[in-house]
Amino acid sequence: MSTDRVVVIGAGPAGIRAAETLVRNGIRPVLIDEAARGGGQIYRQPPRAFRRSGKDLYGWEAPKADGVHSALARIMPDIDYHPETLVWNAREGKLDLLRAGRVAEISFDRIIVATGARDRVLPFEGWTMPGVFSLGAAQIALKYQGALLGPRIVFAGTGPLLYLVAYQYAAAGAAVAGVIDSAPFGAQVRALPDLLRQPVTLAKGLFYRAFLHARGIPVWNAALPVEALGSGTVEGLTWSRKGQRQDIACDAVATGFGLCSETQIADLLGCKFEYDDSQRCYLPQVDGAGRSSRAEVYLAGDGSGIGGADLAERAGERAALALLEDIGHSHDNARAVVLDGEIGKLRHFRRGLETAFPAPGFGDFQLNDDLIICRCEEITFGEARRAIAANEISELNRLKALTRIGMGRCQGRSCAPAAAELLAQCSGGGLASAGRLRAQAPIKPVPLAAIGVPPP
Amino acid sequence: MDMSLLRRVKSTDRPTLRFRLNGAPHSALEGDTVLTAVLAVSNHLRVSEFSGQERAGFCFMGACQDCWMATENGDRFRACSTLLTDGMSLVVPDSGRTL
Repeated sequence: MSTDRVVVIGAGPAGIRAAETLVRNGIRPVLIDEAARGGGQIYRQPPRAFRRSGKDLYGWEAPKADGVHSALARIMPDIDYHPETLVWNAREGKLDLLRAGRVAEISFDRIIVATGARDRVLPFEGWTMPGVFSLGAAQIALKYQGALLGPRIVFAGTGPLLYLVAYQYAAAGAAVAGVIDSAPFGAQVRALPDLLRQPVTLAKGLFYRAFLHARGIPVWNAALPVEALGSGTVEGLTWSRKGQRQDIACDAVATGFGLCSETQIADLLGCKFEYDDSQRCYLPQVDGAGRSSRAEVYLAGDGSGIGGADLAERAGERAALALLEDIGHSHDNARAVVLDGEIGKLRHFRRGLETAFPAPGFGDFQLNDDLIICRCEEITFGEARRAIAANEISELNRLKALTRIGMGRCQGRSCAPAAAELLAQCSGGGLASAGRLRAQAPIKPVPLAAIGVPPP
Repeated sequence: MDMSLLRRVKSTDRPTLRFRLNGAPHSALEGDTVLTAVLAVSNHLRVSEFSGQERAGFCFMGACQDCWMATENGDRFRACSTLLTDGMSLVVPDSGRTL
């Protein structure tokens, strides 16, 4: 039983806490991570040449970041750690890896998938121009590279990250020209009862907003980006509110309408998915303890539905306890009960955030036929609409087959939310009936040289 | 004319690295990704194979695949997740060049 090989994918808050829990119970897990250093996106560590304090990097979350980083450092002798390693395929009991330019294979008996999230982006005119970046990119530039996009930058989208990154940029000396939030202010007021479940977190959010206000940085609610202006690079942003358009001068736009779970590995492992209305996408089925629809597969953290870092830490630990229980290994049941309580409270707070910052559909978006939906292969909304109408397409994989939307290098990571919204709009059948893109290996590009094919 | 899309503001006392972009010499700092090094001196790091329009990456986290670059000797990599090494010679095709 304890000879079972357990693999954890992802060294963010969920994966590290899962690995730590396995180690504490006498199991030596394999921990695979794409990044060079642990922490995931939220607690991402800069390259070693940087000398910055935890407070400078992570603000109020510095103790939590330190907790996660220290946990990884502590268990290092007791795990098989594979940083800078991409899992590009998953099969029954086996993973295909890419590390140092070569492919490798690893087998597993049980697996905890903690693959995290990416920005949920929705297109607007000019969104492929240099100077338009994802919201996560803006934060990574600052946290991982000590650099600011800009100099003048507008933040456009929605979600708690919108205000956090705007605050971080302003505090670091950036010229933040404005914050454009698609969520109406009323939604944030309505969410207060749920948000009060985590008063400290709520207070931080209110502080970011007050900080922006004190600096004279305008924040517009119920507003949408319409067009990034400029020839070659960004010179401004047209945005709209209640049908009124306005231009704002800037050199960069950071955009994101919430987050999307990275679910490709769970999909390749055969996990069942179901439609989640609040996140407007399909997510792998998971029970409260992290068990998926497959006996050998556990899911934790933002990769199984957006819950945030605090929830991810607990979900990682909880999934490891479930795994230990399922293989008949001794484990701390009292701790599992405590975690279940904390996870419940954090999920309640999350519901509040989803009320405050609802992931928007295309209701008020201006989607002209010449607007690019797929940035990999520059396929337009017009091409997609014509294909949908001519072939009576009502499902995403069919749309992919006929237009190549979702078939480019990013495998739909950038365009899938928009493509699903478009299909739902055209077919009138709703997002659930638009389905989801099936994951295809390799889930990220693998050089032919890595599998032994000589260069041309 | 300042073509940069980003500027370094933290921990800027790192050792200097040299690199070439289309043959022209530039400097960067140890710990820079290729993306940071290039966007600190240029407004793009690749061109779209379809329209020939310039691109400057998008997600910086290895998801969007919009920052694939190449060295003079043909090695290809994602600029956001590759650290610059001293003496790298990078190539960005001319804008307007398509498949």
